[in-house]
Amino acid sequence: MTPDPYLSMDLLRFTTAGSVDDGKSTLIGRLLLDTKNIFEDQLEAVERASRLRGEDYVDLALYTDGLRAEREQRITIDVAYRFFATPKRKFIIADTPGHIQYTRNMVTGASTAELAIILIDAQKGVVTQSKRHGFIASLLQIPHVLVAVNKMDLVGYDQGVFQRIAAEYTAFASKLSAPSLTFIPISALLGDNVVQRSAAMPWYDGPSLLHHLEHVNVGASRNLVDFRFPVQMALRPSAGFRGFAGQIASGVIRPGEEVVVLPSGRASRVRSIVSYEGELAEAAAGDSVLLTLEDEIDVSRGDMIVRAGNLPQASAALQCTLCWMSEEPLNRHTPYILQHTTRQVRAHVDQLTYRIDVDTLHREPAQTLELNEIGRVRLVTTQPLYFDSYQVNRATGNFILIDPYSNNTVAAGMIRREDQEVADLTVANFSEKLATIRSSNVVWERTAISQELREQRHGHRAAVLWFTGLSGSGKSTIARLLERRLWALGCETFYLDGDNVRHGLNRDLGFSAEDRQENIRRVGEVARLAFEHGALTLCTFISPFRADRRFARSLLPEGRFLEIYVKCDLEIVKRRDPKGLYARALAGEIADFTGISSPYEEPEAAELVIESDLISAEDAVEAILAELAARGVVTG
Amino acid sequence: MSSYLRTHLQQLEAEAIYVIRETAAQFERPVMLFSGGKDSIVMAFVAQQAFWPGKIPFPLMHIDTGHNFPETIEYRDWLVQRLGVQLVVASVQQSIDRGRAQEEPGHNPSRNVLQTVTLLDALAEHRFEAALGGGRRDEEKARAKERFFSHRDRFGQWDPKNQRPELWSLYNGRKHLGEGFRVFPLSNWTEMDVWQYIRLKEIPIPSLYFSHRREVLRRDGMWLAVSDVITPLPHEQVESKIVRFRTIGDLTCTGAVESTASTLDAIILEVAAARVTERGGRADDKRSEAAMEDRKKVGYF
Repeated sequence: MTPDPYLSMDLLRFTTAGSVDDGKSTLIGRLLLDTKNIFEDQLEAVERASRLRGEDYVDLALYTDGLRAEREQRITIDVAYRFFATPKRKFIIADTPGHIQYTRNMVTGASTAELAIILIDAQKGVVTQSKRHGFIASLLQIPHVLVAVNKMDLVGYDQGVFQRIAAEYTAFASKLSAPSLTFIPISALLGDNVVQRSAAMPWYDGPSLLHHLEHVNVGASRNLVDFRFPVQMALRPSAGFRGFAGQIASGVIRPGEEVVVLPSGRASRVRSIVSYEGELAEAAAGDSVLLTLEDEIDVSRGDMIVRAGNLPQASAALQCTLCWMSEEPLNRHTPYILQHTTRQVRAHVDQLTYRIDVDTLHREPAQTLELNEIGRVRLVTTQPLYFDSYQVNRATGNFILIDPYSNNTVAAGMIRREDQEVADLTVANFSEKLATIRSSNVVWERTAISQELREQRHGHRAAVLWFTGLSGSGKSTIARLLERRLWALGCETFYLDGDNVRHGLNRDLGFSAEDRQENIRRVGEVARLAFEHGALTLCTFISPFRADRRFARSLLPEGRFLEIYVKCDLEIVKRRDPKGLYARALAGEIADFTGISSPYEEPEAAELVIESDLISAEDAVEAILAELAARGVVTG
Repeated sequence: MSSYLRTHLQQLEAEAIYVIRETAAQFERPVMLFSGGKDSIVMAFVAQQAFWPGKIPFPLMHIDTGHNFPETIEYRDWLVQRLGVQLVVASVQQSIDRGRAQEEPGHNPSRNVLQTVTLLDALAEHRFEAALGGGRRDEEKARAKERFFSHRDRFGQWDPKNQRPELWSLYNGRKHLGEGFRVFPLSNWTEMDVWQYIRLKEIPIPSLYFSHRREVLRRDGMWLAVSDVITPLPHEQVESKIVRFRTIGDLTCTGAVESTASTLDAIILEVAAARVTERGGRADDKRSEAAMEDRKKVGYF
């Protein structure tokens, strides 16, 4: 037998969305036809139907619009799944309708997709629906978004049209969390840039649409850090054997590893990973396996087996985003059934915080959610759920709501976090304050007023507090809390955050050692300017290299630069992973990631060490305030 | 750090195992349908893995039209032995005898439509709540919108406009008394995936799939195997040809293809080069543009 490429092909699930007449069905028909995935009898059926309609071209849309009602109305009204393969990869398309009342189908298709194709008609440009599709792709955390600007043939293959659409859509997408955005100009009807690069658009030097689909990184949305094993059923084939069947939702497991069963909290070790083809040395996210444990503990459907040092969150009050999918509107008095992993609990919507207008992205007050509406809610469940935020772990952050009377699936939900209403509100107010501080241009004016005079007026001395530590160690959390305290004390503060400067000041920099050095140099200079204006300047930067931190220190007078090392165990920050970055770094998606693929050099003589895995953010702030008082920066 | 990449076949297998286990966990009385075709065979082997080292915890049901290839029955009995599962046979002949169904008029009638009656009666008689089937979404355009967990009303009917949305891998099997589900663990497999899987896992399949010499006659554009239920009309010529079957259904509606493919490798090459879908050889799908959709609505698989 010759080695068969078929046995090493991987899989990409993607979803397509477009407005009516954007040519979505034609594009799919084109992809299937040009990759020889439509058969003669299917093509004949389409030709026959086209002739019956009196059309003089083969309407490829007739192939993809499966149900009779759709063929009659000429619109796609339900999610249809299509398949095609090239020698590199197999593709599963969730073909979802773009028609206005069918947002629920788009959410359904997006839930399993790793890539979304958003079709924009070159003649019409970016329309409301294109934005809605982008919003849903971002909401469902689809890692890759491909914008296909279609019908280029009808605009004379004009580069300007393409560029205007790309610019407009990029501006819109910057408001969303769309990790990767690609634009390709195509004509689905004529096949330009669909499978082959088109000679009609020599100005376009990117890949064809199919080439992009074949080469985009798959598995990017898999979380390989947090081991989560929702138990489907316990198997007891013989007296001495007990195994727990399930599909690994995320993470990796090996025999011998310590695990905890939730909700009982009983601990054990994995004895073996059983499969039909023998015992496995290792199993990972997506694998359907059977686990046996060293100890006889009670485990049944709905339990979750996790690694001892890496527990999910547990709460019976959740902040969630809900997409309503039923004709029956949300009823706050209905005790819905919430299905999360392999578990069902009762839940009700305790509070509807706001509804999101999917066209404008505006938040608006609402009394209920109707079909196709999306909103932020607080859910209260009868028993705690074991979950991760959807952003960190799609597999354990999603759920559906089932109507207890009709048994229909009425909503799709994504968990944002445990509900902490009060904390949430203060953070919102604080961001506004911070925005005021940031936009104040007084800070940037060069005047003849000396630093000493400023300090006198402010009632405290100026200093730079330099927070360093791993991503996720808590630098920003502590610094923000501290700034709020200082603000309340009447201090002049200035806050420089690693993520924020990379959006603007340092947007041209990457994460190589050289770029990190330049990043810190610029920030150091800005910190000095703020210092000269008398501010207590808070800087939160991973700043992994000693030499760079030494440089920042060298810009300031002795005793005015306080290096604060926010120390946290790498395993713990991996587990916290508030931005989902470690998971992506471990999946190889982010290069040069500190702690994973790039080193962190610990400070040798920091002014203060905060062990954030041992003390709370509040205690950390107290410690820093005490240090500032001891140094005479602020008066105690 | 290894990448933990999985091939598409590994992913499809893991998905099918998950769906089969969900069926066993969510329903008290599931059943797995066996048609004799390669899809139901692959499903049965995947089910064996899902519960290994235990046995499949539900029976296998065969809707016997009485128009089977003898090879299918032989294979069925061997499979049941090998898996150690209980076999339930529901007979179309019995439905006819009881007056529940009526034979089509004409020469060599098809019992394809009658199967639906027998299936629904058998599900009710045994109080089966969920029936696992080997249907795939790539087979036919009405199937492209089918769910993994397909809800059926009290009459076994499918309402294409009122299907439950299926999100992530959450399958909602809740139902009222008397309602049921059809479950399709191989939804995302293609014909090629099934063949490649059979080869990879060395799954034995009925000899009908391999080329052999057989007496056939040409009818409705298909080569049908001559048998008790397919007899030549005066104008029809019986010929001896080297053929094989791409799908296996009833003798009355399963067309043979001329082929010399006698190994799995040869079959796979043939499938890769094929220009006609496997269902293109099925007379039952040719009746109207929405033939499959109509049959599904009344309870067909």
